[in-house]
Parts: sequence; structure tokens; C-alpha cells
Amino acid sequence: MPILETKNLTYKYGTGTPFEKVAVENVSLSIEKGELIGVIGHTGSGKSTLIQMLNGLIRPTAGQVLLEGKDIWQEPKKIRAVRFRVGMVFQYPEYQLFEETVLKDIMFGPKNMGLDEKRARDRALEAAEFTGLKPELLEKSPFELSGGEKRRAAIAGVIAMDPEVLVLDEPTAGLDPQGRDVLLAQIGQYHKERGNTVLLVSHSMEDVGRMADRLLVMSNGHKAALAPTKEVFSQGEELEKMGLRVPQITKIMGELKKLGCPVDPSTLTVDDALKQLLPYLKERQGTKTTSTRPN
Amino acid sequence: MAFIEARNVRFCYDTEEAGPKEVLHGVSLQIEAGEFVALLGHNGCGKSTLAKLFNGMFLPAQGQVLVDGIDTQNEARQLDVRRRVGLVQQNPDNQLVAGIVEEDVAFGPENLGVPPQEIRRRVDQALQAVDMYAYRSHAPHKLSGGQKQRVAIAGIIAMETSCIVLDEPTAMLDPQGREEVMETIRRLNRDKGITIVLITHYMDEAVQADRVVVMDSGQILTDGAPRRVFSDVERLKRHGLDVPQATELVYRLKAAGVKLPEMPLSVEECLALFRGLL
Repeated sequence: MPILETKNLTYKYGTGTPFEKVAVENVSLSIEKGELIGVIGHTGSGKSTLIQMLNGLIRPTAGQVLLEGKDIWQEPKKIRAVRFRVGMVFQYPEYQLFEETVLKDIMFGPKNMGLDEKRARDRALEAAEFTGLKPELLEKSPFELSGGEKRRAAIAGVIAMDPEVLVLDEPTAGLDPQGRDVLLAQIGQYHKERGNTVLLVSHSMEDVGRMADRLLVMSNGHKAALAPTKEVFSQGEELEKMGLRVPQITKIMGELKKLGCPVDPSTLTVDDALKQLLPYLKERQGTKTTSTRPN
Repeated sequence: MAFIEARNVRFCYDTEEAGPKEVLHGVSLQIEAGEFVALLGHNGCGKSTLAKLFNGMFLPAQGQVLVDGIDTQNEARQLDVRRRVGLVQQNPDNQLVAGIVEEDVAFGPENLGVPPQEIRRRVDQALQAVDMYAYRSHAPHKLSGGQKQRVAIAGIIAMETSCIVLDEPTAMLDPQGREEVMETIRRLNRDKGITIVLITHYMDEAVQADRVVVMDSGQILTDGAPRRVFSDVERLKRHGLDVPQATELVYRLKAAGVKLPEMPLSVEECLALFRGLL
């Protein structure tokens, strides 16, 4: 059974007013436990509305969200429990820190779930370690941390609730390249060790290219695709029409293939490209004098 | 004379417990009129602080910032500084103030006391310059992220500033929105001679500048043409930065012994390089 499913999920804003707008229309999808799904789409494509329906923050105007086969709105009074099982890290979560110390902030979620002080504390310490927060920072005020550290603390606060599904909305926006790499590696590690399902919303095609098993592509409120990452990025022209792109390395390999190079046109990482190009180019340079100038 | 000149600038933030913390340690930099400069560096390196010193939003603790020869510390001429250097920030939603696009663009010149007819002319021209004229009577909040940023840029152009400083203007945009904003920036620089200072974490954007300045820990680490700066892949990585994937691929092929004549900065350059080889 899939961990998360939607059936004809639809959300309309301002029904019955002149401003009626369909944000998400008829989206049906199915996500298996342990998958890492990248979610991409242009601004206003319905990504944010969709993910807010997945943990019951907004209620669909039609259709269903099923968590382990059960409609999350079957018992509206228990919707809070769903929010602990589907954890949501919003964009720029560092603006939501509020407690006196970093540790207390991370403990806020688990305590809300009803865990006692000690268990909440254990969970928080573990979550802090997962996100790479240094222990000496835990007793500081959140406001003394750097931007990158604050973001880690905010993510730790959600991880500490040990959600079965973790949804991250643009977790690397505004981080420098190194901060981005480290955070993505930690999310990957968390996903691997816990075996939890992760949804990663991103505008960076390079990031989802190297992280995700499958990509959910949203366009104008519709599901344009939910398919293996390579398959999605082999449709470069379709993606461009939807305001998206393919990773730079995928573009290069696709063009090389057209030039007759025996490479995989949907290569997703520089590492993978290197493995394919290196033997090929070395052989060519070894057997044939090229017109290139020496270094 | 340089259009913007920082002379040995030091700057401190006040912290409650530890007292003042110096974040710029004597930065000297000259930016010529009409240049397109990308300013890079890891989070907390001081690049945003430097950007805010360029339009007088911050004043140096020590040293001087001169804009078109005007000392930003000269209070009487503060408005003259702001008129010359406009700032575009990361979040498009925090910068738009009016309910209609053209009113938003008119906000700046109105504040400068520009006569109404002149405002009309400037607003139309500015919206045309960022390719948003067709949207002049739309509501800003209904635009896409890239469109919002272009309206924010139009608001600055309407003040007839000769320099625009953009602090991560594309960080929150989708791929197409990023391309739109970069295209607009390049066009303003090329066709109107507007001086551009672009702060970004996207290396594929930085390579489009004439000059790249890399900051680290409140100081300038490297300053040069993109091809020179991005050739030193290891050094950039050591300082928390990156290179475009096209550059990284060729760098690593060369390191493994493949003979390639130069370092590409874009997909097109990379493909041209391979074409010569196949």
C-alpha cells in the first residue's frame, strides 16, 4: 500500500466570487514508503497548495488525500495527528524560530505531540545531530545563530517529530553553494537511515536531479508528470514550455549525444558524465591527433 | 573617477552581548560606470553589507564610500546618493507597495518630487525597459516571481538611477523567472549603460558579468574576469563557492588527462569545445 495517495485532489480559491481560481485540479498520485520525490513547477503551478493539502493544513474542495490508505479528513477532529505524521518545513523556516534556546525550539514539536520532557529532549538531540547542528549551539538563543544554522534548527524541529513523510519547501533557497551541498547531503542521509518518505520542493533542477528517485511536475494546477527523474529530464522541450529547465549537465550530455557521442542523454550528475566521457575521450585522443592546442 | 569607490571600509554590527562585531575589515573596491560586476561569497561573508553601503543605507564605521564623487556620509546629500544607486532585494513580495503595477513604479519618482507628466513618461519607459509595459494596469500580487522582480527593477529605473545593486534577486524564482531577470539585467547594462552590481549564489549567473569579485570573511579574496576567477576551481570550492557544471566537467576531464584547450563558462562554450574534439 502506498504511504500517500491523492485522488482527484482539487482546490479552488474564492468559490462563488469573481475571483474564483482553481489552484490544483484533479491531481491523482501515489507515493510509496521510502521514496524521495522531487516536486518542481513554475511559480503559481500549484505546488504549495498541493503540499499544504497533504498534511491537512488546507482542506481540499474536492477529492481525497489518503495517508496509509485512510482519508485524512475522515475524522476532522484528528487532523492534528496527521500533521505530526506528515511533517512540513516551509520556505525560509528560520523566521519561525521563537523559543529562548535552540534546544527548546527543537523540542516544541515533540512536546506538542504529547511526549514527556525527557523523550522530547532525546528526540531533539538526535534531530539536531541529523541536521549537523553543533551541540554547543543548543543552549544559545536562536537569534544568535547564523542564517544557515537557523535553517538547520528549524528543520531539526520538524525531524524531531519523526514524521513518516517529510515535506521540505525550497530548503536550500538563499544558501551558498557549500551550505546547499551540506544540507542536501544531510537530507539524503536522513532519508537513507530512517527510510522515511521525503518530498523535496525546489526550483533548482540540479538539486532535484541528483537527489530524487522520481519527480512530480506541476504545471497550471495540474500534474504534468510523476515519473523517474531521468525520464522527466529526457523531456527537455516539454519542461521548457512549462517554465522549467533541465540541469546544465543533462543539457550538455543531450547535445553531445546529438553530435554522435555514445553517452546517456539524460545524465543527471557531473560524476556520472565524467564516467562516460573520460574513457571515450581518452581513447579518441590516444588514437587520433586532434586539432586542439596542448595545455 | 570610479562611479562607486569604497576606501578601506570597515563596518560593525552591534550585538547585545558581545558588543560591536566587525564584519568588513577594510574593503577597498572601485566600480566604474557601466560595469556589470558580480559579487560572490558564502553566507555571512559581508557581501550584502557592502551592497547596503553602496547606496548609503549603511554608513562605514571607518573609511569612505564615494558614489559619483559624493561621500555617503554627507547627510545633506543622502538623497543624491539614493538617486544614483537603487537596491533590489531577494523577496519580490517585500518590495511592491501599490495595488497596480504602474502606481508601484511611480512610487519612487513621486517621492523624489518629480512632476506628474514627467512621472508618466518615466513609468512608461521603465516598464518598457523591463518588458512589463503590457502588465501596467495589472495587480502586482498576481504576477509571477520573475515579473514581480522586473517591476521592482522598473521602480528603480523610474528614479533614473545610474546604478542598480541587486541582492540575490533570483533566489526565490523558478528557472524561467531567473532567466527573465538575468536577461533584463544584461539588457539594461548593455543598452542603457546602467552599472550593475549583482549578488548571487548562482554561478551560471555570475559568469555573465564583466567582472567577478569574491568576498570571504569581510575581505576581498579575488577580483577579475569571470574566466580567470572560475578557472581556479579548487580555490573557489575551498571558500564555499562552486563553478557552473559545464566548467566543473571540463576541469575534471582535464585533471584526468584529457587535453582540452580552455575552461568553458557556459553550456554553449562547453559544446563548442567538444565539437573541436569529436
